[in-house]
Amino acid sequence: MAKITFITSDDETIVVEGTSGSVMELAVEHNVKGIDGDCGGVCSCATCHVHVKPEDMTKTGPASEIETDMLELDDNADEYSRLCCQIEISDAIDGVELTVAK
Amino acid sequence: MSDSQQKCVVIGASHAGVNLAFALRKEGWEGQIILYDADPELPYHRPPLSKTYLTNEEGMSATPLKSLESYERDNILLKLGVKVALVNAEEKEIVLEDSSVQAYDKLVLATGARPIVPPIPGLANVKNVFPLRTVADVEGIRNALGDNPNKSVVVIGGGYIGLEIAASLNKLGSKVTVLEREERILARVTAPEMSDFFHQLHVENDVEVLTGKNVTSVATENAKNNVVCSDGSTYPADIIIIGVGIHINTELAEQAGLTIENGIKVDATARTSDKDIYAIGDCTFHHNPHYDRYVRLESVQNAVDQAKVAAATICGKQVIYDAIPWFWSDQYDVKLQIVGLSESYDNIVIRKEKKDQPCFSIWYFSGDELLSVDAINNAKAYVVGTKFIKTNQSIDKVKLADNAVEFKPNNLIFKSNND
Repeated sequence: MAKITFITSDDETIVVEGTSGSVMELAVEHNVKGIDGDCGGVCSCATCHVHVKPEDMTKTGPASEIETDMLELDDNADEYSRLCCQIEISDAIDGVELTVAK
Repeated sequence: MSDSQQKCVVIGASHAGVNLAFALRKEGWEGQIILYDADPELPYHRPPLSKTYLTNEEGMSATPLKSLESYERDNILLKLGVKVALVNAEEKEIVLEDSSVQAYDKLVLATGARPIVPPIPGLANVKNVFPLRTVADVEGIRNALGDNPNKSVVVIGGGYIGLEIAASLNKLGSKVTVLEREERILARVTAPEMSDFFHQLHVENDVEVLTGKNVTSVATENAKNNVVCSDGSTYPADIIIIGVGIHINTELAEQAGLTIENGIKVDATARTSDKDIYAIGDCTFHHNPHYDRYVRLESVQNAVDQAKVAAATICGKQVIYDAIPWFWSDQYDVKLQIVGLSESYDNIVIRKEKKDQPCFSIWYFSGDELLSVDAINNAKAYVVGTKFIKTNQSIDKVKLADNAVEFKPNNLIFKSNND
């Protein structure tokens, strides 16, 4: 079980809990604004971009090579950017805070 | 801005229709939104059906596009398992198959397409014949596989869908043969080099890929099927998969008297020839500003982008469709990403990265103009290609082909000697 906090571009804070699947799927399930996941979670569309709270990066780990490459399509990407279809939900990411990219 | 009495009726609840419904709310539509689909399933992602969904052993359900809760929250009325019989554009109403009538102020056709099942003699007698477009098709394939997936499967058609299903069924343990009518697989959509790559990939994974095979009949005796080709060769098949393309669903649009060419013709705002009817997604024939020609695309990208444009237009905003198309395909451990439209290319550049696993890209040009990029396990090529296509910047083909030149847009911009 992991509790995850999303902060949308409207500054809405949404706290949800998940046990399995990807963070993108959890966000879509809870209608988190700005997380579209158009490709269904195969790292092909870059529509699930989040900024991880810096101190939570140790929990989520950094973006993989394909994520880093795909994130170059987005001018707002930074060192804390992840495509959240590539973050698996597990106890290890309990408590992370993710800001949905603009 | 619409008032709360207005009704927007959407026919088709797949990627295009569902995205449109949610985009309407986002744009401020206050009226009713009613979404119809003949498919009884909660609207789902189609691309994974031939890939992860087919191979998933846990029997999970298809990935929903949105949760049921999301429709409720945005007050979107879902009418699933309901077939629309006709559109009466003069009266601004649709008629359902039970003859009930639903009025609309704005109508959106997101009717998509259905698989072509070719009129091959004998095919209708075969029990286990499946196209792949819906969850029901996948369930049919799963049931046919039963407890023992070690079955002979013949896939008719070596396009993306056929090849993805071949890879998935191979993974499940079936013995798969792909029969392609053209001299190479993916002949319509990629360069010969890419066809060769995928051909090899399937052969290495023990899928038989046979080209120049025109299927002429299916002979069934004692419940054993043999697929017969024009050259006399025959292939045993417990299951036959049909992947030879699609028919777009234009019947409702025809009844409504809309202009139809190679799809339902729409303008840059996704509006049809009737000012209150829009069309989005696979069923549309639309102008692509970047390539300056009319196209019909079978893709998630087009479905989503047209949905956004139509929703904004319906809500009175000034927007136009101006997107660079993109696509993807996953087969085995290989990821193909495509940006742009390669049609009418006259030269290519191939760039291979220094890696152990396959990692390369094919760049399609018309003269010096970059049209599209096919990237194999190479998101960087896909991204760099996207940037060059968007900016129309000239690319230095010599540097592009040289994998010692670091793969960054700035390194690849063409500079003439005079600069």
